Amino acid sequence: MTTTKKMWIAVGMLALISPLGIIIPKWLGADGAWGEWDLSALEKVAGFVPTGLKRIAGIWKAPLPEYGFPSGNKGLAVESIGYVLSAVIGIALVAGIMYIITKLLGRKNDAK
Amino acid sequence: MHIPDGYLGPTTYVTMYAVTIPFWAIAARKLNRSLQSKQAPFLALGAAFSFVIMMFNIPIIGGTTGHATGATLVAILLGPWAALISVSVALIIQALLFGDGGITTIGANCFNMAVVGVFTGYGVYRLIAANTTQEDKRRVIAAAIAGYVSLNMSALVASVEFGIQPVLEKSATGQPLYSPFPLNIALPAMAAEHILLFGFVEAVITALVIKYFQRNNPEMLH
Repeated sequence: MTTTKKMWIAVGMLALISPLGIIIPKWLGADGAWGEWDLSALEKVAGFVPTGLKRIAGIWKAPLPEYGFPSGNKGLAVESIGYVLSAVIGIALVAGIMYIITKLLGRKNDAK
Repeated sequence: MHIPDGYLGPTTYVTMYAVTIPFWAIAARKLNRSLQSKQAPFLALGAAFSFVIMMFNIPIIGGTTGHATGATLVAILLGPWAALISVSVALIIQALLFGDGGITTIGANCFNMAVVGVFTGYGVYRLIAANTTQEDKRRVIAAAIAGYVSLNMSALVASVEFGIQPVLEKSATGQPLYSPFPLNIALPAMAAEHILLFGFVEAVITALVIKYFQRNNPEMLH
């Protein structure tokens, strides 16, 4: 098997086990990254929500927020499925974009 | 370490776009001269790995989470300019599609994790691995230290961006308008968690994968 193929299998396996990245923090009571609080969490941590922050915070609505299905809490099982799907979609997209960029930039150097 | 929208004021996020865009431009020019299209699968893999490894949130019990970025690993395998673009593409998709990191803060987040992460990691690795063969054991140690230092530098730069907000952007009454925590809170908070835990995770991942490549494809090590 080629190295590339083995590496793709490894990345695929990482996608499959990616829900560990939300399950283990939940088990251990860890609550997200420092400085990445949503507005209600920030209000608890800082005591208030700065006005400028509040104005910009909602500027972008991501289609798959926090690597999951939009809207609401549906339990860890559904969140995990959303997480794996997000990983697969993200990997495919990121890899596809890099593949195209490399093909475009590399084309004229191939003859060398 | 993905700074969300709202935490950096316009002064900072515009500046960070202005700082990062030239790095993308230089990278594109360098790669335009050297890249061959047969390398496409490797760059695609590098970006995909960086994307997925950042989804593994590592918890501090009862505290915060953090994650590795793969920036150093990708830099050692693809070179710094290809790594800079690969990690940036991963970060941009994370922001646009998954809301991990803001869109106003794409410049800052790419600077912290892609530019600072890649060049710190690559620089430390090259420094320690200088004058060694690709099979030399020192390369694995170099990869570990480089990963550790790189993630900590990224966190340090991010914490400074957070910490200068209350000084840079205030309301007429002196209230912070964006991230409310000053440098003396932001910097130790982010530095401690990366020094004590997340940096070691980056170090171990970087070293293990480099060890694997050293055994199987040593010619791929920069």
